[in-house]
Amino acid sequence: MTLSQKHVLGLQDMSAQDMLCVLDQAQEMKEILSRPIKKVPTLRGKSVVTVFFENSTRTRISFETAAKTLSADVTGFSASTSSVQKGESLKDTILTLSAMAADVFVIRHQASGAAEFVSRYTDAHVINAGDGQHEHPTQGLLDMLTIRQHKGRIEGLTVAIVGDITHSRVARSNIWGLTRLGAKVRLVGPETLLPAEVRQLPVEVFHDLREGIRDCDVVNVLRIQLERQEAGLFPSLREYAQRFGLNSNALREARPDVLVMHPGPMNRGVEIAADVADGEFSVVEEQVSNGVAVRMALLYLLLGGSDDAVAH
Amino acid sequence: MRLLISGGRIIDPASSFDGVGDVLVEDGVIAFCGERLPEEMKSGEVRLYDASGLVVTPGLIDMHVHLREPGQEYKETLETGGMAAAAGGFTSVVPMPNTVPAVDNRATVEYVVRRAKETSPVRVWPTVAATKGNANEEMSEIADCKAAGAIAVTDDAFPLQSAEMTRRVMEYCRTFDLPLLTHCEDKSMTKGAVMNEGLSATVLGLKGMPKAAEDLQVSRNIELAQMTGCRLHILHISSRRSIQMVREAKARGVRVSCETCPQYFSLDDAICLGYNTLAKCSPPIRTRDDIEAVKEGLADATIDAIATDHAPHAAHEKECEFQTAAFGMIGLETALGLTVSKLVDTGVISLSEAVRKMSTAPAEILGLPLGRLSVQSPADITVFDPSEEWTVDPELFQSKSRNTPFAGWRLRGRAVTTIVAGRVVYGEVRSAEKTTA
Repeated sequence: MTLSQKHVLGLQDMSAQDMLCVLDQAQEMKEILSRPIKKVPTLRGKSVVTVFFENSTRTRISFETAAKTLSADVTGFSASTSSVQKGESLKDTILTLSAMAADVFVIRHQASGAAEFVSRYTDAHVINAGDGQHEHPTQGLLDMLTIRQHKGRIEGLTVAIVGDITHSRVARSNIWGLTRLGAKVRLVGPETLLPAEVRQLPVEVFHDLREGIRDCDVVNVLRIQLERQEAGLFPSLREYAQRFGLNSNALREARPDVLVMHPGPMNRGVEIAADVADGEFSVVEEQVSNGVAVRMALLYLLLGGSDDAVAH
Repeated sequence: MRLLISGGRIIDPASSFDGVGDVLVEDGVIAFCGERLPEEMKSGEVRLYDASGLVVTPGLIDMHVHLREPGQEYKETLETGGMAAAAGGFTSVVPMPNTVPAVDNRATVEYVVRRAKETSPVRVWPTVAATKGNANEEMSEIADCKAAGAIAVTDDAFPLQSAEMTRRVMEYCRTFDLPLLTHCEDKSMTKGAVMNEGLSATVLGLKGMPKAAEDLQVSRNIELAQMTGCRLHILHISSRRSIQMVREAKARGVRVSCETCPQYFSLDDAICLGYNTLAKCSPPIRTRDDIEAVKEGLADATIDAIATDHAPHAAHEKECEFQTAAFGMIGLETALGLTVSKLVDTGVISLSEAVRKMSTAPAEILGLPLGRLSVQSPADITVFDPSEEWTVDPELFQSKSRNTPFAGWRLRGRAVTTIVAGRVVYGEVRSAEKTTA
């Protein structure tokens, strides 16, 4: 199995076939992660460079774990300790790193489009680990893997995404990925956190939380950031929690076997009540472990490791 | 030396002349313009320009360019910008004052005037920043700058935010009989925004500028122009609602004019997909509906002029993240082709109307003694071929910069000869031969 695309920049441009290929492969990778010795030689001699212009502990560790489990060499580049501080452009940074013969760049950047931009200037594969407010395709894939594990399918499900849609790359990747695999997507939030022309996307829009999650199979709760309050997009975290925070009471509106997801890190008591975060419907921790599996699958598929190396 | 441009289709909107005829240039001024040069004027040595199949018009005037001198000569200079203008058929350009330092005092105006005289092949008419350093705090020495050669006041690139400051600038402009050219944008609505607000921006995850940010200031500036009696000119109008407000204001007699640019009738915001920084400009490329509105406004003369907002930037200022990229695109060398291809060939406006919007109207708005082919006026003349097909190749541009989204476009209409004060500054005199009667 291989992907039809060289880079993984977003789910908007990823075919259903490629997505399913990643999910299937990730399923196999989960098996490796459950072994007592979590290491296979598949990507020995391959180099993965994580290029993080934005702080992110969990995504970075997830990629590093994925690469190391497959025996790839991992090098980390972080903007805070690099030439970026000296005013180097993104193009020059990538040309420099590219000259060091990386096989894969994993890039996280605060600018929308940064991953695509990087892909123009390197022969290496580029995986978007989150670019501004554009996409976070590996998050979208791990969310779909988690859903599929529990529901056995994506097609025909109804998934509500609750919160700050405007500023969320997770929401965008979920919208493209889920709808392409046949799910219905609802967006729930105040108008101030919904992007322009949102109704032209393949989604249904709700302003009322209970109405929005009614009979949903999955509720994906987004992190709300205090800086949005400071930008005047909602009056207080208190009022946000009252109107859009997912609590067990509201959750009764959803299907009895609902899954509650959150890309993390969570603000308990704001967008998600503690008892929901820790409750029986929450699959938040599983999302994290699925993240490693999905990233292993992508590295493996992009670098074309031989099949028998994954097998025992 | 005399030059007889003969056999071309002469379009002189000021006199409503549109027909085949002769233009005689003598000592830098127009000596004759009409159907047929009288025999008695043919005596003496005359250089003959066979303009058959070509269009002969008053020199085009681009009332909105950025030539980057002083301060950012790596992007453009008065010389290279002037060469680009000449190559695009323009005989006059009006640079905006957002240079480094800003053109906000007599010394800088004088510098621009002098450098232009030394280096530019076309006429350069400076403007002065409305406020010192474009800081939106104190008015510039507008009267002193006028005395040094500034022909208008503007807040381009640094839109006046305070209504009170705008009112006072307008009153002061009126006092010294200068037009105020305004860049209409409520900055409180565009902080961090990099393209038009809409579906494309939503998909790209980029912050959008709502049309209301433009519309609010168009509305406010029209109100203040009516109140103060200032001559208001709205730069680069791009939104349907703004155009409608100008239409209504004109109908009730407000002294307001406006311009648009080829990018606003040629592109919609889907051009930004793929993070195409070459299409990043301010105001942003809008929607298909706005393109239609711009065309309607051009057709019913709500939009008086076509300018370029020629905004040169170095390659590295565009080869970067979209949100970091500089705003603006160059336009001097594509404006005529886009106007002919997108407006004239498609029947939106006549060729004569196009010439009016690119020459006669800018001259009238700015009070320049140009934009017409009447006898004794300066011999600023553009000769162009309205049917020449060509492919936009930025590598062949005279401009120092290459930032155009139109690379590879097939266009019709291109300047053949640009004449300033009787002197050929671009192109050649076709079928040149000396005749002695």
